[in-house]
Amino acid sequence: MEKANVREARETTSETPEGTTAVTDAKIQAVRTNVHYGDKHALKDVTLDIRAGEVTSFIGPSGCGKSTFLRCLNRMNDTIDSCRVSGTVRMDGEDIYDPKIDVVQLRARVGMVFQKPNPFPKSIYDNIAYGPRIHGLAANKDELDEIVVTSLEKAGLLAEVKDRMEAPGTGLSGGQQQRLCIARAIAVSPEVILMDEPCSALDPIATAKIEELIDELRENYTIVIVTHSMQQAARVSQRTAFFHLGELIEVGDTEQIFTNPRHKLTQGYITGRFG
Amino acid sequence: MSEMTAVSGTPGRRTRDLVAAGIGRRYRAERRFRIFGLVAIASALVFMALLFMSIIGKGYSAFVQTEIRLPVAYAVSVIDPDGTRNLDDMRRANYGKLYRDGIQSLFPDVTSRQDRRVLNGLVSSGASFQIRDAVFEDQSLIGKSGEIWVPASDDVDMLVKGKIDRNLPESARRVSDQEIAWIDALEKDGRLATRFNWRFFTNGDSREPELAGIWGAVVGSFLTMIVTLALSFPLGVATAVYLEEFAPKNRWTDIIEVNINNLAAIPSIVFGLLGLAVFLQFFGLPRSAPVVGGLVLTLMTLPTIIIAARVSLKSVPPSIREAALGLGASKMQMVTNDVLPLAMPGILTGTIIGMGRALGETAPLLMIGMVAFIVDIPGGFHDPATVLPVQIYIWADSAERAFVERTSAAIMVLLTFLIIMNAAAVFLRGKFERRW
Repeated sequence: MEKANVREARETTSETPEGTTAVTDAKIQAVRTNVHYGDKHALKDVTLDIRAGEVTSFIGPSGCGKSTFLRCLNRMNDTIDSCRVSGTVRMDGEDIYDPKIDVVQLRARVGMVFQKPNPFPKSIYDNIAYGPRIHGLAANKDELDEIVVTSLEKAGLLAEVKDRMEAPGTGLSGGQQQRLCIARAIAVSPEVILMDEPCSALDPIATAKIEELIDELRENYTIVIVTHSMQQAARVSQRTAFFHLGELIEVGDTEQIFTNPRHKLTQGYITGRFG
Repeated sequence: MSEMTAVSGTPGRRTRDLVAAGIGRRYRAERRFRIFGLVAIASALVFMALLFMSIIGKGYSAFVQTEIRLPVAYAVSVIDPDGTRNLDDMRRANYGKLYRDGIQSLFPDVTSRQDRRVLNGLVSSGASFQIRDAVFEDQSLIGKSGEIWVPASDDVDMLVKGKIDRNLPESARRVSDQEIAWIDALEKDGRLATRFNWRFFTNGDSREPELAGIWGAVVGSFLTMIVTLALSFPLGVATAVYLEEFAPKNRWTDIIEVNINNLAAIPSIVFGLLGLAVFLQFFGLPRSAPVVGGLVLTLMTLPTIIIAARVSLKSVPPSIREAALGLGASKMQMVTNDVLPLAMPGILTGTIIGMGRALGETAPLLMIGMVAFIVDIPGGFHDPATVLPVQIYIWADSAERAFVERTSAAIMVLLTFLIIMNAAAVFLRGKFERRW
């Protein structure tokens, strides 16, 4: 009851977060997206556009809802029983929460890389071939081989693993595993790649490699990255969105966010006063 | 050092003193705990050793059997009086006469009817089957005479194995002085020997201990286990996968879960009663049949498998599920490609443990008639059969002295099967884990 009131109040008084302006080349548009985990209101009225061919980073203190929002974009939240998503998320103008949308198809278009590298306990080859196999992307073995090789190449891993494609993917180093996971996501040829703190488990050298890779991938994919490192956001992204306590506080060009934040909270966070 | 303490002041000093005062007590507690652990393990090992020693000590002698070498005249007049060589007629011939003639020919001075009957009793009645089998194997024997090893009766066997004490007064032992004299005479002639008891492994049950074997029970157990495995493994795994991966978490699934856990705790004889009421009386399935035994044991094994399978499904890391779903795998693909293979070692271990329990189960099978005395080796799932533990129960209940060693020997066979199953579980688990 109370919640409904809050919702209503919000709808009448809510302000658009700073810098949210309609853009024509939005790949993904979220409008008034709310997420509840049971009783907890984890994401509040987030309205955000994600532009095609750019890297958008989500920053904010722990528990601010940035990962939650990321997982809305390929409906990974569906796997959590207590999670309810409301509002609209459009991709290329299509509501991805529409009952007509098939979640399997959606996830083939929106790949995801997770915080902890999670290769399957299979060979390197089988890891990359997993997506193409389940979606039936390759007509024969040669095509599959080609997909595997190009994906590894794009992920910058080919040189390191080409002699041991049958070795288990779990035997690689942490950074290599994460690039394997990126290659695995690329193998499905998605349009968008979501990355949930992809470098938080990696050392600085592996992190640098991944960041370099993200920059290269930008040409062909729309990338959304959640990160705890403001330096990383500044280095890899063109646009940055700052979340706080489930709300989108500010979104804008990365340069502007880090040099001239409009909101006090953003300023406080990027200058390290809290978070 | 002392300077540093002085600098850091009393608090550091205090901690150090208190830790030093208590440290001896802490280490003593740890040592005590280790000793308790060692004592517990040692006593468990001692009891296990006692158990094995007692079983093996009582049972090893059942693997050999006293046999008597008898002269046999394969008389045409007995085997094939009509001269037709008709196998059916030959099967019905009076082979008992042949071995009785044989033993009597060794002691021609025994003439009274009474004494002859006692003399015949030295040889097992199974000797007639042995002679018949020899004739069927080689028909050219008919009309000739030869020597054949036949089993001695159980009393002779017990005496030779030293399980009947010769020194007791005649009235207190089952073998008379006269019989002992005959046995000694046979032994002196080299006509008595203990030989490997292959009958124990190839025969079905018998009222004569020297003829009783476990093969019928082994086959019965095998058929029952096949039914149990074929039903409980797919059903159990499918149930676990559905409940764990697909079912919505609501009150109904909670109730189902509680009930499955309760089923695992139900005394097995209750399942026997259920089987009696449902499978025998309602569905009219045959009594004492492995198919019914398998069904009843399936009811008993299912909860074990479901619980083990759910636990190992649950222990598959969520990151693997996310990886699969994130790539656009459907739930079914995620389960069959990733989750099930990773959970399989645990599921197999649970299944083999469940099957081990089912193999050793007696009570529910008593209720559906598998405790019957069955001589024939079961040929199919609907034939009357018994199983190893029930066979052990039947023999343990039998009066004849010679069944004591057979009971222990059957226990040894059952334990061997259980050890083999557990070893298979360990092997399979290791194999699967290496692959991943």
